[in-house]
Amino acid sequence: MNLNQLTITEAKKGLKKKKFSSVDLTNACLEQIKKYDKHINAYISVTEEKSLKQAEKADQKLAQGDNSPLLGIPLSIKDNFSTRGVRTTASSKVLDEYIPPYNATVVSRLLDAGMVMLGKTNMDAWAHGSSTETSDFGTTKNPWNINHLPGGSSGGAAASVASYETIAAIGSETAGSIRQPASWCGVVGLKPTYGRVSRYGVIAMASSLDSPGPITRTVEDSALILEVLAGKDENDATTSEKTTATYSKNLNKDISGITIGISDDYFQGVDEEVKQAIMDTYKPFEKLGAKIKKIKLFDPKYAIAVYTILQRSEVSSNLARYDGIRYGHDRSFFGDEAKRRIMLGTYTLSSGYYDAYYKKAQQVRTLIIKDFEKSFGEVDIIIAPTSPTTALPVGASKDQSMFGELADMLVEPSSIAGLPGINVPAGFSKNRLPIGMQIIGPQFSEELILNIAHKYEQETPWHTTKLDINL
Amino acid sequence: MNFTPVIGLEVHVELKTNSKMFCRCTADYFGKEPNSHTCPVCLGLPGALPVPNKLAIEWCIMIGIALDCKIPLFSKFDRKNYFYPDLPKGYQISQYDQPFCVDGSITLSNGKKIGITRVHMEEDTGKLMHSGDDSLIDFNRSGVPLVEIVTEPDFDNAKDVKEYLQKLQQIVRYLDVSNADMEKGNMRLEPNISLKKDGEMGLPNYKVEVKNINSFRFVEKAIDFEITRQKELLEERETPKQETRGWHEAKQKTVSQRSKEEAQDYRYFPEPDIPPLRFEESYISTLRSKMPELPDEKMNRFQKEFNLSLYDSELLIRDKESADYFEKTVEDGKKFDINPKQIANFIINKKPNLSEVLPAELIQQITASRQTSHIDESELDEIIKSVFENNQKAVEDFKNGKESVIMFLVGQVMRTSPVKLDAQMVKEKLKNALL
Repeated sequence: MNLNQLTITEAKKGLKKKKFSSVDLTNACLEQIKKYDKHINAYISVTEEKSLKQAEKADQKLAQGDNSPLLGIPLSIKDNFSTRGVRTTASSKVLDEYIPPYNATVVSRLLDAGMVMLGKTNMDAWAHGSSTETSDFGTTKNPWNINHLPGGSSGGAAASVASYETIAAIGSETAGSIRQPASWCGVVGLKPTYGRVSRYGVIAMASSLDSPGPITRTVEDSALILEVLAGKDENDATTSEKTTATYSKNLNKDISGITIGISDDYFQGVDEEVKQAIMDTYKPFEKLGAKIKKIKLFDPKYAIAVYTILQRSEVSSNLARYDGIRYGHDRSFFGDEAKRRIMLGTYTLSSGYYDAYYKKAQQVRTLIIKDFEKSFGEVDIIIAPTSPTTALPVGASKDQSMFGELADMLVEPSSIAGLPGINVPAGFSKNRLPIGMQIIGPQFSEELILNIAHKYEQETPWHTTKLDINL
Repeated sequence: MNFTPVIGLEVHVELKTNSKMFCRCTADYFGKEPNSHTCPVCLGLPGALPVPNKLAIEWCIMIGIALDCKIPLFSKFDRKNYFYPDLPKGYQISQYDQPFCVDGSITLSNGKKIGITRVHMEEDTGKLMHSGDDSLIDFNRSGVPLVEIVTEPDFDNAKDVKEYLQKLQQIVRYLDVSNADMEKGNMRLEPNISLKKDGEMGLPNYKVEVKNINSFRFVEKAIDFEITRQKELLEERETPKQETRGWHEAKQKTVSQRSKEEAQDYRYFPEPDIPPLRFEESYISTLRSKMPELPDEKMNRFQKEFNLSLYDSELLIRDKESADYFEKTVEDGKKFDINPKQIANFIINKKPNLSEVLPAELIQQITASRQTSHIDESELDEIIKSVFENNQKAVEDFKNGKESVIMFLVGQVMRTSPVKLDAQMVKEKLKNALL
């Protein structure tokens, strides 16, 4: 048995029955990292010593009958989450040597729940991108084919799960950064409703959009992690007071009678293979008793324009603090992509242009929110391809300043509307690259989309397809 | 040619809340070891987020209510983006187009109404310290709640500005929301001054802002200096430069600090880390009901209720402590048949140290001073008569207009009298006898 290939549910069972210890589990992951990460480059920092200490402690607690939800489970954390005493770079040389004195709320909640942190995963620098090619620490490779990209910005996180270098991962999404790499790496990625999970301590990209979330092998694992992360945080004024649920409890609920919306607008410019895979999902859904209904949604191209302006504007302001005075290096250490975004965002916020760009974008954002609200009057959830393509070859993002926006065009509308969405594996292309489907629901409908995603997953073979890393 | 000064004012008031505006650090930074009151939020560390201080917002709104402002039910915070080493996030969280309070006024003693454009909430910056070649930054002040009060350009002279500032200081102290101590930087003043040709419509096409003023007296001086300086330029048909100047106390003049010909673009946009604020009408009316009696109301009441002069009431209400003290003493004095007017006189003329003398003790002192003046009228007349006879030169001098000799005569009477007399009473008596 390869312990590092287990799901959280399986690992929890094994730990409880004392089939293996958290130290065994952690060591299995660390060994996999040692063996493969020189090729995959999923991690920027591996905290072996700390991880093993945490695992030992977890084993003691397990022996005492401690029931913490993630006790002894190894996880990787994206490198834009502040981790006390552990270098946090956001994949930028600006923060090359930055060691935070505090933990992000997500990190402290996971630690309280008993996780073992394996290390910090690679990403696009400042989360700017959908490929990890903007990282100052090298590109992460897709474990299914190392000549291909893992997607991004949480590319390291998704690759760490797919390559069995962790049991599960924590990523963050602004518009696509969880779902798109999950799709390209063939794993489950959940982007919660904006405000469901605290942003405190997460290095800000676009503050009005950023949503931390889990990347896992199964939908059930996703639900287990969300249970730990979700809820009001007094350190983040934008977190919701809405009560959370025990998300893993109702995963098997019958979904017959559910109406699933599908919009042709989300199939324009999409690869034939991807299109076909999504249409192939109708069958299992219908078998589960769900109805498929055609709906009309705004063309995603409007969302791209809105997203580009809002995100660049907020980025230009959010990156202003990196002046090299209190910590980190000075602004000459910013990469080209960050500089481009700072310039564009500075421009769109400038006096005389604010109304034409930022304000107008906010108005269109409201229209997109209303468009979704209208659709959720007709259907319960919406499904669509997560990405128009499967993983693109390494180097594809070079000189493509809109690479991310195009790779993420199908996830941007729901992101700017603050909606939750989940990527679930939905097949493979001819050249054996994963294809992902996304399920989008109304605000705070995590319980519902997890339920539907789980039922679909259990009906299909994709999540049990083991990867043979072939180097 | 005649010119009329056009003056507006921006005042920053630091609130005395326990914690800072957007984090839990203590806001009491004065004299503390540098960077000892900081956290990820007020240091602008990666990932840190602001959570607004509810009490500070409440106090800001109360200042607005005291200044007769409208309180909109919707408001929000905005980011004001600019770079300066004392600004850790690269932006200041402030309010741009929808502040907590708008459209108020303060009425001066001459009846002139000064419009208050807006009262908004923001955060203070850190403090730069330069020593030799080094520049150091203390972030203890970073994030301390700051209320900015902006007037319309309604002033035309420095005296009115000074009175406005005194009133404003009084109001925030009455509300007990700021120490408003100029020397500690709790209250910072920035007048902007320009001159308008008589008969000219609209506002002048330039504006000079003066910073670094840490007393009301210096504001007066700086404004008067600017009026003269600008007038001289205008008379030479030169338009004064749009700029920021600083008051240089040693040189008794303003000096140019920074040219402002190109307006700085702060790229304001709504602060995405703080959801917009929607207030209930009931919340605002609760705040209204919590408002203490303000200086002007108290002054009017003192005049009416205690039959005091405008002048006496004004002196007594200058700070809330002495006004409260006065009222307590009036209460205590009732039993001893001492009226408010006597108490007011005693406090104003004798200037007892109110922090040391209890109201009851003050009553004793007043009673005692009344007893000392108890002397038979005819006996006093005799004494005065003899003093006049023995000091005819002085009497002569007084009649020739040298009024100061009266104090000499008072002294003579007091010395001759067998009992201790009240000097004020003797003086009145002598005056009557001499006229």
